[in-house]
Amino acid sequence: MSHEHTSAHGAGHHGDGHGGHGDHGHLPFLAHHFDDPEQQFDSGKLGIWIFLVTEVLFFSGMFCAYSLYRSRNPEVFMFASQFLNEALGAFNTCVLLFSSLTMAWGVRCAQLRQKNGLVLCLALTLGCAAIFLGVKAVEYTHKWDIGLLPAGSYLAQPEVPVHHEGLSPWLINLSIVPGILLVAFAVWLVITFVKGDKRMSEIAGTLLATAACYFLGVFVGLKFQEAEASSSAHAAHEISVEHDGDTGSHEAGVTADEHAQGQPAESATSESANDHVSGTTGTEAPLKEIEAHLVSLDAPKVVPGAPLDAMVNQKGGAGLFFSIYYCMTGVHALHIIGGMVVMVWLLVRATKDQFHEQYFGPVDYVGLYWHLVDLIWIYLFPLLYLIK
Amino acid sequence: MSAVAESPTHSHSQVTENYLFNTKGFLSWALTLDHKRIGLMYLVGVMSSFLVGGLLALLIRAELFTPGELFLNNKQFNQVFTLHGAVMVFLFIIPSVPAALGNFLVPVMLGAKDVAFPRLNLCSFYLWVGGAIFFLCALFYTGLDTGWTFYTPYSSSSEFGTMGPVVWATMGVFILGFSSIFTGLNFIVTINTMRPPGMAWFKMPLFLWATYSTSIIQVLATPVLGITVLLLAAERVLKIGIFDPHLNGDPVTYQHFFWFYSHPAVYIMILPGMGIISELMSVHSHKSIFGYRFIAYSSVAIAIFGFLVWGHHMFTAGMAEVTTVVFSALTFSVSIPSAIKVFNWLATMYKGTVYLNTPMCYALNFLFLFTIGGLTGLWLGALSTDRALHDTYFVVAHFHYVMMGGTLVAFVGGLFHWWPKMTGKMFNDLWGKISCLLVFIGFNMTFLPQFVLGSRGMPRRYARYLEEFQVLHQISTAGAFVLGAGLFVALGVLIHSLMRGRRAPNNPWGAATLEWQCTSPPPFYNFASAPSVTDPYDYLPLKYISEEEGWVYISPTKSTDPQAHPEIAKS
Amino acid sequence: MPVWQLLAVFVALILLTALTVLQASLGLGNLELILSLIIATIKASLVILFFMHMIHEKPLNAIIFLSSFVFVALFIGFTLMDAAGYRDSLEYQQIDSTPPPAVEHAE
Ligand SMILES: [Cu+2]
Repeated sequence: MSHEHTSAHGAGHHGDGHGGHGDHGHLPFLAHHFDDPEQQFDSGKLGIWIFLVTEVLFFSGMFCAYSLYRSRNPEVFMFASQFLNEALGAFNTCVLLFSSLTMAWGVRCAQLRQKNGLVLCLALTLGCAAIFLGVKAVEYTHKWDIGLLPAGSYLAQPEVPVHHEGLSPWLINLSIVPGILLVAFAVWLVITFVKGDKRMSEIAGTLLATAACYFLGVFVGLKFQEAEASSSAHAAHEISVEHDGDTGSHEAGVTADEHAQGQPAESATSESANDHVSGTTGTEAPLKEIEAHLVSLDAPKVVPGAPLDAMVNQKGGAGLFFSIYYCMTGVHALHIIGGMVVMVWLLVRATKDQFHEQYFGPVDYVGLYWHLVDLIWIYLFPLLYLIK
Repeated sequence: MSAVAESPTHSHSQVTENYLFNTKGFLSWALTLDHKRIGLMYLVGVMSSFLVGGLLALLIRAELFTPGELFLNNKQFNQVFTLHGAVMVFLFIIPSVPAALGNFLVPVMLGAKDVAFPRLNLCSFYLWVGGAIFFLCALFYTGLDTGWTFYTPYSSSSEFGTMGPVVWATMGVFILGFSSIFTGLNFIVTINTMRPPGMAWFKMPLFLWATYSTSIIQVLATPVLGITVLLLAAERVLKIGIFDPHLNGDPVTYQHFFWFYSHPAVYIMILPGMGIISELMSVHSHKSIFGYRFIAYSSVAIAIFGFLVWGHHMFTAGMAEVTTVVFSALTFSVSIPSAIKVFNWLATMYKGTVYLNTPMCYALNFLFLFTIGGLTGLWLGALSTDRALHDTYFVVAHFHYVMMGGTLVAFVGGLFHWWPKMTGKMFNDLWGKISCLLVFIGFNMTFLPQFVLGSRGMPRRYARYLEEFQVLHQISTAGAFVLGAGLFVALGVLIHSLMRGRRAPNNPWGAATLEWQCTSPPPFYNFASAPSVTDPYDYLPLKYISEEEGWVYISPTKSTDPQAHPEIAKS
Repeated sequence: MPVWQLLAVFVALILLTALTVLQASLGLGNLELILSLIIATIKASLVILFFMHMIHEKPLNAIIFLSSFVFVALFIGFTLMDAAGYRDSLEYQQIDSTPPPAVEHAE
């Protein structure tokens, strides 16, 4: 029985008893129901393109939510976006672009049957993906620490950013799985090395490097974060110095409405406010800018009389931005992880030297998927990080 | 599945290898990559879901026999109609024709050995099973009473707790969505790349055109459902607030998201049914289909237009005025391709040799019910009348005429039509026709009164109603039981055929599409050698052979002459 | 796909990333959104055309992939059009009244 059913589902087995389909048994990579390798490749190619279509539409829902809420409350997006670390976003963009390059190069290697090149490219791609995730982990956990959470749990932000010293407990929690993997891969590498199984140690080594790259990403992320923290702490210091001389300038009660009327009594304060805005990167500066922007827009949705920052800096304001931020980047990160899983599968097959001029479909398909994930990030980066 | 696999009467002397018996044992079915077996497993799955959904429907109708409480309290009533809707839509109608019949038929009709991605096909079956399990979890959680649409803000309200039934059900929908996407993807690729030489696009049977169009919708619309339910689950678990008015979210947006999928989804439900009817009309009238290209194009047109009209479900939901007008106007455009199909089916029968056997009776049944369903849709698409009819029994009656009178009847008709091919057994035609008659009477008894109820103001989804509606409700309930009886008769006829049915000839109906050229049931690889492609609606070369009790293809000149089949020579 | 092409595309992508960061720091207001979307689309086109080999792809696959954006546009377009229509009738409310913590963290 078992023999019979393997013959029914094992893609690699054919010609055992079911007459009439053994005519291409000499091509081990050709599935039995295809006539020739070209048909198989075309089918896979069409299939993956259609899958990418579904991915595009899948993400479109979140882009729709994004554009809906951004068009509704542009000031919220401007306010909340400044909490995202632009430098880290740009760094991650470059990492993903580089991984796209290595993936495309990998496809080329597969087509040319350059086994080592393919393995190297896949390893580099995996490493980049891991760095990306490491940086993302730092970004996420930093936000969780200071209460930049989805709408329901969002905490209103103080006017001067708070910075936590030391490692975030969230970050440690998130790093448990990569840490375990790191150790496991290291042990595996040693075992394969001792056994002298070169192919396996190639795989284990790549996986170990990938896990290490996650921590490299975390390290880079923390460094960037530190740099940002020290610069904004410096700015905060400046603010407090100026406050000694001019305590009245910091009223939250200044509303867009009053600005619009341009009352002479207020103009002095807002001028002095503008003075110290120019030197700061704290939350206050964008707030003032937004205010000015809103005055020019005639800001119809802001309830007159209520303080502007309180309307924006709240669960139903910036909180919604962070909901959308977490949904978009979270689903994107899940796609990265999914991509890494299939890439490991490719890696295993690549070490077996299964890809060549006639059969490189899987590498090509995974490559297309990976470029799409990159493509989505190309849009996410300016839309989330660069709102000014 | 096992009923079919273990079917004991393998009595006929002519022992040919076929897909049902070529391998044995549970695993040979559970791990099969054969599209025919997967189709059969789907068939058992969707029929079981239909049984569950149908029994829930009878429960609803029974409760509505009296204006007051009979045996379901208000909360239970809400749960029952929610489960009825969700099970019927997600577990039965959407996978019914494409996944069950389509899986069986698409490769055979193409003359191919299998679908393009057999493993993905099996994977999508198990995703379906997994999604169904999640759904049943939500069922046993008891408390899902949002309706099958999961409208916010009710579904995002705190009533259900963080990990309540809404999360389970939405996860179920998410998984089922991927099952549906993979099936659609598979069919698109199969039809695109695996057509045999000679089968140009316009040589394909219309069922394939319908399946192709359906697959396009599945691939384009279902991901949006996926992200919608994912966001809804995130709404519940993480409180993201996008759909929650308590957090400045916008619940109307949820409806946009939902109907961007779910309006096209009604075409996922009806298009394959239309494809079946195109086959049935032509075969059982023994006349070439009238307006082949128009029917083919109209399938694609429905698939595309279907994406432009979703707003007609939201006229009273608080949409902007201008959008309601636009959507109402666009909605009327969808009626054009549907009408084209109906007229072409009628014209196909005209002067044909109509055999009134069971599949054809169901096809006629479909024509009647679908036309009523389609025409009553105009009232709901028109902005002015929909304002009054929205969320009344008029809507309930309308979509049951289309979904049940359309898709289900076409599905049963198609099942009877291809049953001899799938199982190798003939069914009892007389009892088949009796079931069709019962379905017809029961169906109209159930749902015609609901049009009246709705236009008189009976709201849908109410457990209690005013005395004045009682008579109509009671007619409706009685009809539902007649309908149920009819469907049980149909089931009985099919099961009886498995045990006592006589052996089916290769071509019992005299059809010209490729699946009738292989044996009944087909062998494991469908065709020993690639079949010669002929016009799928040319019945002239078919002759009835009485000792075979079926039709045999007499090839006119063995068609080596390119003049006889210029299209083949061209492609 | 020759290696120099891959590398050239990569360099172009990095430069465009730098450009988009740069233009965002200029404070161009509404123009910023349009500009960054244009740059992102150029980057996306580069990725699609060269990394994804769309220039050597069968026309059918290209059409299928690009048509997805038509449906995305439909989806987002109709939804935004509707939301813009009733936007003014919405009440934008303050959800939590807890004021932002005082400035003492600055010390
Ligand atoms: Cu609709």
